[in-house]
Amino acid sequence: FPPVSFLSLHHLCLLLPSLPTDATAVRVLLSGDFKVSQAETRPGNDASDQLGAAAMEASLRAHRPAALLIFAFLSLLSVSSSAAQEIQILNAERRIDLSSQVAIVFLTLKVENTGKAAASDVLLAFPPTEAEHLAEVKAQAASGKKRKKTYAHLIVEPTDVPDAPNGAKGFRLALHNPLSPGETTTIEVLYMLTHSMEPFPAEISQSDPQLVYYRDSAYILSPYRIKQQTTFIKTPSTNVQSFSRVEPTNRAGMELKYGPYEDLPAYSYSPVLVHFENNNPFAVVEELVREVEISHWGNLQITEHYTLAHGGAKLKGVFSRVDYQSRPSASGVSSFKNLLARLPPRVHSVYYRDEIGNISSSRLRTDSRKSELEIEPRYPLFGGWKSTFIIGYGLPLEDFLFESTDGKRYLNFTFGCPLSGTVVDKLTLKVVLPEGSKDPSAVIPFPVEEHMETKYSYLDVVGRPVLVLEKKNVVPEHNIPFQVIY
Amino acid sequence: MASPESAVNGPTMTAGAASKSLRNAFGGVIAFIILVLIGVLAFSIRLFSVIKYESVIHEFDPYFNYRVTQFLSKNGIYDFWNWFDDRTWYPLGRVIGGTVYPGLTLTAGTIWKVVNSLNIPLSVETVCVFTAPIFSAFASWAAYLLTKEVKGPGAGLTAAALLAMVPSYISRSVAGSYDNEAVAIFALVFTFYLYIKTLNTGSLFYATLNALAYFYMVCSWGGYTFIINLIPMHVLLCIVTGRYSSRLYIAYAPLVVLGTLLASLVPVVGFNAVLTSEHFASFLVFIIIHVVALAYYIKGILSPKMFKVAVTLVVSVGLAVCCAVIAILIAVVASSPTKGWSGRSLTLLDPTYASKYIPIIASVSEHQPPTWPSYFMDINVLAFLVPAGIIACFMPLTDSSSFVILYIVTSVYFSGVMVRLMLVLAPAACILSGIALSEAFNVLTRSIKFQLPGIAGNPSIASEENGSSTVVAPNDIPKTEEAAKEKPAKKNRKKEKENVEKKPTPSKTEKRLLVLPLEASVIAVLLLVLLGAFYVVHCVWAAAEAYSAPSIVLTSHSNDGGLHVFDDFREAYSWLSHNTDVDDKVASWWDYGYQTTAMANRTVLVDNNTWNNTHIATVGTAMSSPEKQAWEIFHSLDVKYVLVVFGGVVGYPSDDINKFLWMVRIGGGVFPHIKEPDYLRDGQYRIDAQATPTMLNCLMYKLSYFRFVETDGKGFDRVRRTEIGKKHFKLTHFEEVFTTHHWMVRIYKLKPQRNRIRGKTKKSKSSRSVSSKRDVRGKRNPWH
Repeated sequence: FPPVSFLSLHHLCLLLPSLPTDATAVRVLLSGDFKVSQAETRPGNDASDQLGAAAMEASLRAHRPAALLIFAFLSLLSVSSSAAQEIQILNAERRIDLSSQVAIVFLTLKVENTGKAAASDVLLAFPPTEAEHLAEVKAQAASGKKRKKTYAHLIVEPTDVPDAPNGAKGFRLALHNPLSPGETTTIEVLYMLTHSMEPFPAEISQSDPQLVYYRDSAYILSPYRIKQQTTFIKTPSTNVQSFSRVEPTNRAGMELKYGPYEDLPAYSYSPVLVHFENNNPFAVVEELVREVEISHWGNLQITEHYTLAHGGAKLKGVFSRVDYQSRPSASGVSSFKNLLARLPPRVHSVYYRDEIGNISSSRLRTDSRKSELEIEPRYPLFGGWKSTFIIGYGLPLEDFLFESTDGKRYLNFTFGCPLSGTVVDKLTLKVVLPEGSKDPSAVIPFPVEEHMETKYSYLDVVGRPVLVLEKKNVVPEHNIPFQVIY
Repeated sequence: MASPESAVNGPTMTAGAASKSLRNAFGGVIAFIILVLIGVLAFSIRLFSVIKYESVIHEFDPYFNYRVTQFLSKNGIYDFWNWFDDRTWYPLGRVIGGTVYPGLTLTAGTIWKVVNSLNIPLSVETVCVFTAPIFSAFASWAAYLLTKEVKGPGAGLTAAALLAMVPSYISRSVAGSYDNEAVAIFALVFTFYLYIKTLNTGSLFYATLNALAYFYMVCSWGGYTFIINLIPMHVLLCIVTGRYSSRLYIAYAPLVVLGTLLASLVPVVGFNAVLTSEHFASFLVFIIIHVVALAYYIKGILSPKMFKVAVTLVVSVGLAVCCAVIAILIAVVASSPTKGWSGRSLTLLDPTYASKYIPIIASVSEHQPPTWPSYFMDINVLAFLVPAGIIACFMPLTDSSSFVILYIVTSVYFSGVMVRLMLVLAPAACILSGIALSEAFNVLTRSIKFQLPGIAGNPSIASEENGSSTVVAPNDIPKTEEAAKEKPAKKNRKKEKENVEKKPTPSKTEKRLLVLPLEASVIAVLLLVLLGAFYVVHCVWAAAEAYSAPSIVLTSHSNDGGLHVFDDFREAYSWLSHNTDVDDKVASWWDYGYQTTAMANRTVLVDNNTWNNTHIATVGTAMSSPEKQAWEIFHSLDVKYVLVVFGGVVGYPSDDINKFLWMVRIGGGVFPHIKEPDYLRDGQYRIDAQATPTMLNCLMYKLSYFRFVETDGKGFDRVRRTEIGKKHFKLTHFEEVFTTHHWMVRIYKLKPQRNRIRGKTKKSKSSRSVSSKRDVRGKRNPWH
């Protein structure tokens, strides 16, 4: 069945190349009531949408004989391919944790299939501003009752939501077992947003606390109708300057509660703004280049080039060492002066330097399970200040490189940035393979850009192949193992 | 004519036994191994800085050289020659390609290129850090060659071993001390070697090599004038003492011609190679040697009687011509204000010159005359061995040994004028001490050998082994007083020995008669070994403790034995480089100019290349002016940040307050409204409550002590050991933007101009700076 659906859709695209949103048009034509419901949900947008629909109708008529044939297929398949109207969310709960520089959102959805056919995937929608900052989306489906709950990890992939208003971006969660009509399931989604808090005022002096804005919607943006929903926002301190009210709204201590809201149509949106104090270090690694060099002599050499910045409110004018040293609690609360790098165990020959020499302020603690390198940049970082440095270390090769029976070698290593609590805007990971190795390939559980380079190192003749992996918007949750096979 | 030809080749080597060739080969192999070991020693003794601290460039000037090397390796040689550096001496800039001695930079750049073309990915910094140790190994080999030419391989090996670890040279060539002197000493010694070699062989091949080595020296260091004056002096000495030979002519004439031509190819020298007085001696001697050569030639073809007639004729005519030429020359030279001599050279001739006329030269500590302890510190026991070496050189006085004597005498004088030139003395002292030690061992071991029955061996090999054993036996640590006690006795004994040694060559029977008593010899050998061991211990101590600190990182031992690191300079430079705009101008005293451009990559007003006294005086004036005037000066120069070094919190003595009087002096030298007495209370420089109001209101004082009182409530300055005079004040035209962890570097930003300004017309930069200076000078300025 699925291959047919793929084929037919493909054909449709071939037939109607001028219509990128063909599937929508088809659906609009097929079911009149859906059109109404859509029009309801998007009061601001319906005029243009109807216009578009009319245009599509017109062009479809031109291809009627062929199109009709495909409609026959599509009417069967539409449920499984993107059956937006057939799913509704009974209960949604969203918890937004704003206590660090990353907004961590935990979404629990109780999904019901109200359609007639089984639904194999569920869509999530994000406003475009959030989608840019989206670092990681993870989802799992819960099954079973309270005690015996089991979670199954779901595959999340970005997708185009064709009928999404204002360029909202969609993600598709593929369910393991298609949801048969009338059935419900609980899906838990975790996603993280970087750079989602905007410091306001944008410039503060040394003694001021750092205040930030967080913008979101009181309603969960979703392509489905939501019966009941609540949003909790957790702020790092009780100092909340202001917040928008979308009744019912409650504030208790460090928590803001929006909702419950009943029976909201798809793509409901109600912007809210929370202005609160967040003095957590906004340590942003603007660029991180990690180079992992494999030497078959028994060493794995890692060199990490950091460009670190404080992404919070900029320091206005004066930096006074007197204030900073004599009143540490009242001065520079949002600044940070040390960072913790979690390195693998059995690390050796660690160095920490920058382009003008060694930086002496670092400490290394090692035990059998982990190594922790505590580093201090040359100066404390205040808002807007930058620093660059290099961390390098060696690791025993046998901990990371394994040989399979067919002669291939596997490198198991951790992706992501070893500095805890930082956000990496752009991470480049270079795996330098020994000279003469062939056909390297990487296995990574999330999308990255890949290309090859050649590096010449000590007395090389033909150069070493370098597998370069690039990823933007990396959060600590990306510190998961990946493999390079060669 | 009657110069001893064969004696030069070393009596020790040729005075071997019957199976000469085999022994020579054996000795050669041993000598080679020892030389390799000496090279390793020279290299590794200089690595203390890397091991104790880190692989980093030291001090101030090396940072500039490092930056130039980076530029060279990035942009290539042609861009390097044409490099106009706009990041320094703002707004004047500096033509780097034409004002820098390129030898060191080109050397390191070449090493870097070769190494990288072999796919050995060393960074430019690494190459720069290790250039000096590599070249000190070369220098000790060159010392071997030179001394071998003078007194044979035994002395050569000893001299090489001594030079490998002489503290004076170590101080300039530890790993990271990437300065001109590092390669220049090698070039110096090697040039001298080739000169002696040419003198001994009369080979044009060596003469050409000599010119090339001289060229390398000219590329490397301004000290090349020492060569071009010393060699003519020696030639003159030879001529005067009747030692003229065709070999001397070959050694000298090509050097002057080729050397001068090559030297003028170096942009920084250029026409100076023929125009300045430093080079005139060589040309004069060039003329003289030709006259002498002509005279000898004529003497050769004429009969003695005819010759006498000719001499009277030529001398009378020649004298007249000479007088005329000299008169013209003097007139030309006298027409220039400095008599054609550069300031530093004049300082050499007249040690009081700098302090009288050029405070900027006098303000540099390495231009001060050295103290006696610094001789002991820098050349240690060599100071006592040198006289013995001089005597040994007289034993048979050859062309080459007379050169060495001349070398030591002149370098002793120069080192006495400027502590920096101790470096030139060091190789000479090593060579002469090597000769002294070697000769002493020679005599002593020979006397032992002849008295011990049944031992027949090659004395030269024995002496070599003994000579090297002084190097390899650092384990027994002798006491200072012990060595000191032994020294006079030994010296006397050595003198005796050399007297004894005087006629070693004629025959062996005679030699056997002149042996010393066995016991005395054994004890003397032991004492000499002890002396050598003492020297080794001192050198290792100097290398490890005294000369390895990179000066940008300071360390102190805390009470519990831990090491505390003061890395404030790099903290500040790093902050500047990351958190200020790329084109911002940073004003500081010139000491920190090179480091700011190299480490912080920011434009500076003045730096350690003190070529423009007025510009430095402007900065000095600004630092010694009250805040408002200083702001005006800095603002007219587009300065955005002012950097001061302040040691009052942690007790770092070489901070800007201690250098401040030089700023006043240099500033006052150009801008007379800055008067030194205004800053002194009864001739005393003080910053406490007794200080003058001028002092307490000048910018340097304010920037250094701004909010200092809040650290401990009293404002106690740990360097000056007093409470500061003015404790609570505010800055109106500057704001503090950064202060490092230990307060050693404080960076201030000029506050922007207020909105309400008088209708000031925009003028060109230079005239603006001039006008503001005038403004400072007197309030009667009509332009304001």
